[in-house]
Parts: sequence; structure tokens; C-alpha cells
Amino acid sequence: MENKLIILIVIILGAIAIAQLVRVYEISAKLRKTGEHEISNRDNHLNAKLMLGFMLALFIGFIYLMVAYGWTGRGLAASAEGKETDSLLNLNFVIIIAVFFFTNFLLFFFTYKYVRKPGVKAFYYPHNNKLEMLWTVVPAIVLAVIIILGLKTWNDLVAPTGKEARRIELFAKQYDWTARYAGEDNTLGKYDYKLTTDNNELGLLTSNTIDTAIYHMIYGVNGINKIQRLLNNRDTILIDSTVNALRTDLSRKERIYRLLMQMKSNHNKKYDASAWDDFIEKETLVLCEGQEYEISLRSKDVIHSAYFPHMRAQMNAVPGMPTRLKFTPTMTTEEMRKAKGNPSFNYVLMCNKICGGAHYKMKLIVVVKDKAAYKEWLKSKKGKTFKDSYFTAPAAPAAPVGPVAPAADAVVPADTTMKK
Amino acid sequence: MASVAHEGHGHDHHGEHHHHEENFISKYIFSQDHKMIGKQFLMTAVFMGLVAMILSILFRIQLAWPGESSDFLSFFLGEKWAPNGVLKEDMYLGLVTIHGTIMVFFLLTGGLSGTFSNLLIPLQLGARDMASGFLNMLSYWFFLLSSLLMLASLFVESGPAMAGWTIYPPLSALPQAVSGSGLGMTLWLFSMTIFIASSLIGSLNYIVTVINLRTQGMSMTRMPLTIWAFFVTAILGVLSFPVLLSAALLLVMDRMAGTSFYLSDIIVGGEMLANHGGSPLLYQHLFWFLGHPEVYIVLLPALGLSSEIIATNARKPIFGYKAMIGSILAIGFLSFIVWGHHMFVTGMNPFLGSVFVFTTLLIAIPSAVKVFNYLTTLWKGSLVLTPAMLFAIGLVSTFITGGVTGIILADSALDIALHDTYFVVAHFHIVMGMSAVFGMFGGVYHWFPKMFGRMMNTRLGYAHFWVTLIGAYGVFFPMHFVGLAGAPRRYYDYSVYTEFDSPTADMMMDLNVVITIFAIVAALGQIIFLFNFFYSIFRGPIAPQNPWNANTLEWTTPVEHVHGNWPGALPVVHRWPYDYSKPGADTDFIPQNVPLAEGEEEH
Repeated sequence: MENKLIILIVIILGAIAIAQLVRVYEISAKLRKTGEHEISNRDNHLNAKLMLGFMLALFIGFIYLMVAYGWTGRGLAASAEGKETDSLLNLNFVIIIAVFFFTNFLLFFFTYKYVRKPGVKAFYYPHNNKLEMLWTVVPAIVLAVIIILGLKTWNDLVAPTGKEARRIELFAKQYDWTARYAGEDNTLGKYDYKLTTDNNELGLLTSNTIDTAIYHMIYGVNGINKIQRLLNNRDTILIDSTVNALRTDLSRKERIYRLLMQMKSNHNKKYDASAWDDFIEKETLVLCEGQEYEISLRSKDVIHSAYFPHMRAQMNAVPGMPTRLKFTPTMTTEEMRKAKGNPSFNYVLMCNKICGGAHYKMKLIVVVKDKAAYKEWLKSKKGKTFKDSYFTAPAAPAAPVGPVAPAADAVVPADTTMKK
Repeated sequence: MASVAHEGHGHDHHGEHHHHEENFISKYIFSQDHKMIGKQFLMTAVFMGLVAMILSILFRIQLAWPGESSDFLSFFLGEKWAPNGVLKEDMYLGLVTIHGTIMVFFLLTGGLSGTFSNLLIPLQLGARDMASGFLNMLSYWFFLLSSLLMLASLFVESGPAMAGWTIYPPLSALPQAVSGSGLGMTLWLFSMTIFIASSLIGSLNYIVTVINLRTQGMSMTRMPLTIWAFFVTAILGVLSFPVLLSAALLLVMDRMAGTSFYLSDIIVGGEMLANHGGSPLLYQHLFWFLGHPEVYIVLLPALGLSSEIIATNARKPIFGYKAMIGSILAIGFLSFIVWGHHMFVTGMNPFLGSVFVFTTLLIAIPSAVKVFNYLTTLWKGSLVLTPAMLFAIGLVSTFITGGVTGIILADSALDIALHDTYFVVAHFHIVMGMSAVFGMFGGVYHWFPKMFGRMMNTRLGYAHFWVTLIGAYGVFFPMHFVGLAGAPRRYYDYSVYTEFDSPTADMMMDLNVVITIFAIVAALGQIIFLFNFFYSIFRGPIAPQNPWNANTLEWTTPVEHVHGNWPGALPVVHRWPYDYSKPGADTDFIPQNVPLAEGEEEH
């Protein structure tokens, strides 16, 4: 409270001080008998010099920042694609920095040089078609070069990957990343968000996970049965808003239940295998040096963006819409640590699309290993596939595995709105 | 807004004009006079800009000294949003969102175009008033209402909108995802809906006025570049704002009526939503279809104002008048086919991306033409460095500095690594924020005598300019380096970098402190402006009729405002507005209403 008072007093005193200064200035201006619109030569020249001084300060500041942080301050690119874009970026930077210095110099220098001098009249020069043509055509040519080089690189970057690229899925949710490796078949199993349960956080699609999801939808903690029981219980009185909320919830769950039943009847078991052999990593994203990666992105809730600053790679993860990116790491974490002289350095995957309060904490450490170390790591993942964790992990109590649909059928027809 | 009621200024009587007597309410509050409406826009916008600036200082304090207790924060935000003087994560996003929204829409759209289109279109065209005074009044009152709603959203218990000024769904559609997407977002949407109505009414009025109400002799190619800029701005607004409205309405439907325009396959807060088939990309396409022309809605008026200020104070015709008009038209047209460059990494089809690379980089050509024309206008001029002139020159500098980085960001391959980093923040703050604000300040200093009949203090104007120029460059120049080092925008605390790369973390934290100090200095510098502005309204020396020896028609009107602008007949225009230092003339300026001398050729 005291502090607030002090702040207010300082503000008020500041305003009074300026008021006094202005009054002094006004009185002196009246004595000199010049109006505010008449700029004295002294003021003109002072400002002209200040303009030139500002230009020097701006240029020196820019050069200082470049020296202090090393050219543009980006450091080495750690992927093949990053090296390509970095060299293009450097070329573009040379062009725009030249333009920056040249045009800003002309601007401030002209301001300094052509400030009004008594007796010198401005040069009446309304137009010159040749000059105007010149600065239309020259930028056009430079831009044509920039466009052609840029699009060439862009086409490389978004081209499809080959068969040998390893497939990884990055699953984003508030506020962490989960990586799913495609397993030995290098095919990511299919998924559907409706299949998400406690022991299937990524909603992977297999015959078993469909059954579990259906079971949950009916018998889960807030499943259809529970809600129906609440609504039909004559011994309790619920307030209107609760009843409405429960009804909305119920109709939504019934709709999802119907979709799940459809999914079950259409499901082809041959897809199960590709999901079962996937394995899931939550602590670090481990990659292999020199290996091309095809990364699929998926979001559970809002838009996130997978940003690998050192790989110069980025793509949004959009709920309901699969997206992809690709890159080939070219430096192991160890190599980058040596190059940077920083033994604690790590690559990182950050979220770069505003996604809620803890957006800034949403990241995953990335480790790039050489081929031998990567193989070693891969071996340690044997027996840790989705199938292993799904059937052995202590599942949530209400999530038995196995066909439960008949039971579900037995319960649900009580509701006449349900159609199969 | 209290500021409106404070608008009393020097002249109480009206001269002997033929219209009805006015009372306080019809003159100052429900005024249909374009000059008064312009001033109302300016007052409201200055207040909104002040709020947005304070918001930015609040989050800059957090960025420079994360986690440290600040009396300033607890003073403004209280225990709820800054417990023990430490900003809450959610409120950080709220501050960023409302700062952006107010600056882009309320200060730089409503404030810049609203103020100066209203003031200058009739005055520079030789019209008695806008085509419809009533609609013009309505436009202001909608603007005020939307401003109040936006301010009110800051005081909602669940906080203001927190999804960034672009309010991308699903974040903005789901209150479970962030608290600001509750009532705060509802108020944001309603405020913007009303704002769009205000903007549309205003823009239609400007267009009709420019087309129909030019005085005798004022052909389109004799209009000052300010009017060309306002005219094209208004057309952009009419064509693009309705698309934002449709985007907002679909979002309202998703939030309130259970539709799935933008929502698909979502589990949020442990709740599985049944929405399926919507696309968040649809919103982004709709938003940026406005969003990119919006950049030019903000920028073109500033460029128009600075063209006028630079020509007048260089005592030279603007170089390449027709090329300048052509550039404005080209920029206006191209601005509609470049929106996708905001979406290179959103999952949009990469081929579409390459089309947008091409169209976006084309905009650099008319922009370059404008810059070189400004430079040639200064060349061999006789520059009078009024505060307005300094701001106009500052605008050209920031337009260059911010413009060239746009070439990098427009290149989709390069945008991948820089998208949504501080490099982008630096780019658009310099090219759009600083340039437009400089244009606005230049406009205020230049046309203050026309608005209030009094002069602003020149010395304070100089002090304000230098603090603002140095402060603003000091804030946004180092941001390029923070961004190139990889810092994502909208992060609450960059010390997360210490967990994997401490040297980079040190660099970011150091630069963040530098940036915040410059920001505080620049913000304090605005006190000089506010003081000068309000002090001069009441106490400034009385202005001469044509203080800058300018050619345009507004300076032929009497200092004291009259309804209908000119006491007698409307002026007749005989020449273009840029006859400065014409050889053979006695003075170094020939106003537009002076007939051609014998044997004189029009430029």
C-alpha cells in the first residue's frame, strides 16, 4: 500500500515538474516572439546532426550485436535440411543487410545534408521515369532470385520421404509431448481419439482397444450407465442445471458409443499388428544420426507446434488434422556439445504455438545418437512395445481386456434413442 | 470514456455561420461534425493505446525479471493476477492478447484511420462534411462501445481472452483449455463484432465521400496522397473486415451452439468432445484473409500522412506522385492474395505455400518504390525538421528496417525455423507497429493546429521523438537476435532454456533486460507527449491559419472550426497539391486553390 502511494506521488510530482518547465519555456518563447511553427536554424541543425548521430549509433549497435552473438546468433544447424536453409538464410541476410545499410544511410544522410539553409531553395523535381523504372526493375530482379532459390529449397523440404525414412509420431497435449516409434515394421499403427483410455493414452486402434473403449463408455467412472442411474434415481433430487448438464453429457457419450460400435463392426484385425509393435517414449526423443525421419504430428486438445530450433524444423500439431515434417539429424548430441563447448547442452523439441498457461514449459529433450549407440538403445526397447505395456501394465481397475460388447448391448437398449 | 467529455477547447463561438445553435451535447458528445468525430476517435484511441502500452510494460517486467516480485505488477494486477507481485501464467497470456488486440485494432485501425480519415478527407477534398454525418457519428459510438467492452474484459473474474490476438481455435473455443476462453473471450468476440460494424460504417462513408464529394477541380489525380491512402485503406476494410466477422461468428457458434466449424476429435480437461469434422485451419484462412490486409489498413494511412508531411517539410513535390498512387493500389491489391504466408507451418498444402511465397515477395516491389521515392523527395530538399517531419523520417527508417526482414519471413523455407519466434515479433512491431505509430504521431503534430486551433510545444515534441525513436529501436532491434537464437514468442519465462542450453538462456535473459529497460524508457517518454498534447489543447499558443506553409485545402479553412468547413463558397482546385519550390513562383508553396499563372504548366 505504501508503495502504491509512493508511485502515485512520484507520478503527480513528475507531471507538476514538466508543467513548470513548459511554463518557463513558454515565457521565454514569448520574449523571443517566435511561434511554435517557426523552426529556428539552430533547432534544425541540431536535429539534423542528431539524425546522423542516431544512424551511427544504430549501425554500430547492429554490428556490436552481430559480433557479440556471432553473425546472426543462430549457431550451427544440426540437420541436413537445416544446413540447406541456413545457407539460403545467410544469402538472404547479406542482401537485406546491404539494403538496410544503404537505404538507412541515404535517409539519414539526406536528412543531415539537405536540412534548410538560409537562401537555398529546394530543387523542384517531381518525377523521372527512368529512375522510377530503375527502382522497380532492380528490386524485381533481386526478388526473382530470392523467390526461385527459396521455392527450390521449399520443394525439397516438403517432398515426400523415401521408404527408408523412419516413422515417428509426436503426440501433443497440454503440456507435454509423447513420441511413438513405428516399431520393427516401420508402420505407425492407426488411431482414433475415441479410443483414448487410461492404458491407451494415444488412442491406438486394435480390436482390444475398441472393446476397452466401449466398456469404458458404458461402465466407466462417468460412463453411460452411471449417468443413466443418476438421472433415473427417484430417491435423489437434482437441480435443473445439473440435470441439463448430465443429459448433454449423456447424449454426447451415446453418440460416441454408437460411433465406437460402428468402428467395431468395421474393424479389420489385420491392422492390429502395426499398432501392437509401436513403442512409446515420454522422457526423451531419441534419434539416430544420419537417419531420415518422417514425423507425423497429432494433437489431443488445442493447436501445438513442434519446433526443433537446432534442426530448423517446425510444423503445427492440429487437432483432427494430421500433419507431417521431416528432417535428417547430422550431428549427435555429443558432437554438438563439443562444437558449442557446452557439456550440458541438449537438443530440444519445444511447443511454439500458444496452447495455454504452461505453454512455455511444454518441451521434450531430444538426443541424437550415433548409429552404434542408437542400435544399443533400440535393443533396450525390446519387450517395451505397446502390446507389452497394454497387457502387462497395471491397468485401471475398470478396464478389463477382452470382448465386453455383449454386456454393453445388454445394458444399453433400455434407452430407446439408441440405434445400432 | 472520460476523455470525450474533456474535449473542451479554445473556441466557444462559431462565427456568423448560417446553421443552428449547438449545445454542449450536440457539439462535443453526439457530434455529427467530422472534425469533432475525428477528435473523438483520437482521444479514445490515445486512451486505449495508453492502456495497451501499460499492459506491455507489465509483461515486459515479467520477461526481464521472471519470478521476481514487482510492486508495479501488484499495483496494477492485485493479488488475484499477481500474487506477491509475481505475474500469473494465465494473466501473462491475457496481457499479451489484449495488448495485441488493442494496439492493432483500437489504436492503429480505429485511432489512425478513424482520426485522420475523418479529419482530412472532407478538409483536403473541399467538402462540407462526410457523405453521412449521422453514420459517421454512429461509427464513433460503435467504436467507443467496443472499446469499453474490450476494457471490461480485463476485469472479468476468469480473466480476459488469452489465446493471443489471433485467437486461434480450439484454444479460444474451449474454456477448459485456458480460463480466458470463458467470459473474457465472449466479451472479446462481442467487442470485435461491434468494432467491425464501426469500421464498416466508417469505411463506406470514406469511400462515398472520396468518390462523390470532391470539390470542383479536385480530380482523382489531384488528390493528396493522404486521401489516396485513406481511400484504398477504406476499400481494404470493406472487403476484409466482413470476413473476420464471419470467422468470429462461426467461433461464437462453436462456443455457444455446439457446432463443429473449427473443432474435431478433441479431448480436453479429461472430457471427450463429440465434435468431429471441423478444421482449425478454416479459422486461420478466414482470420488472415482479414489479418493481412489489416497490416496495410494500419500502414497505408501512416504512409499517406508521412507523404504529405515529408513533401511539405522538404519544401519539394513528392517524387513520383503517380508511382506513389500506383504503389498504394498495388499494395492494396496484393495484400489480398498473400494471407497464406502466416500459415506455412500450419499444415496447409505446401504447393499453396509456394504460391503465397510468390505473391508475398511481390509486395516488396511497390514497397521499394515507395521508399526510394521518399528518399528522392528528401534529396536536394530544404528540410524543415518539425517534430512531425522527424516522425515521418523515422517512419521511413522503420519501414525499411522492418520491411527487409519481411523478405526472410515471406520465404517459406526460411520461415520454418523463424515462424512464431521473436524474429517475427521484431519484424511486425518495427514495420507495422513503429511505422504506424510514427505516422500517427507525425499526423498529430502536423495537424494539431487544424484540430485544436493551437500549436503543440516543439521542444517537447523533439524530446518525445528522440526518446521514442531510441526507445523503440532499442526494444525491437535486439529482438531479432533473440528470435534467431530460437526463442518462441508468447513464452512466459525464457529461463526454461537453462534446462538444455544455458549460454543461450543467458543471452536471452540479458537481451530481455535490455529490451525491457528500453521499453520502460520509451513508455515514460510518452508522458511527454500526453502532457504536451493535453496542455496544448488548453494552453498552447493560437495557431496561424497555415503554420507549415502547406498547399492542401485544409489550411485554407479558418483556424476556428465552423460547420461546413469554409465560411463562404467551397474552394476551387486548380493544381496538384505538391507545388513546392516551383521555379518561377514567388513563394516556395502554391496552395491548390491558386489558379495557374499565365504560361504556367501543371507539373
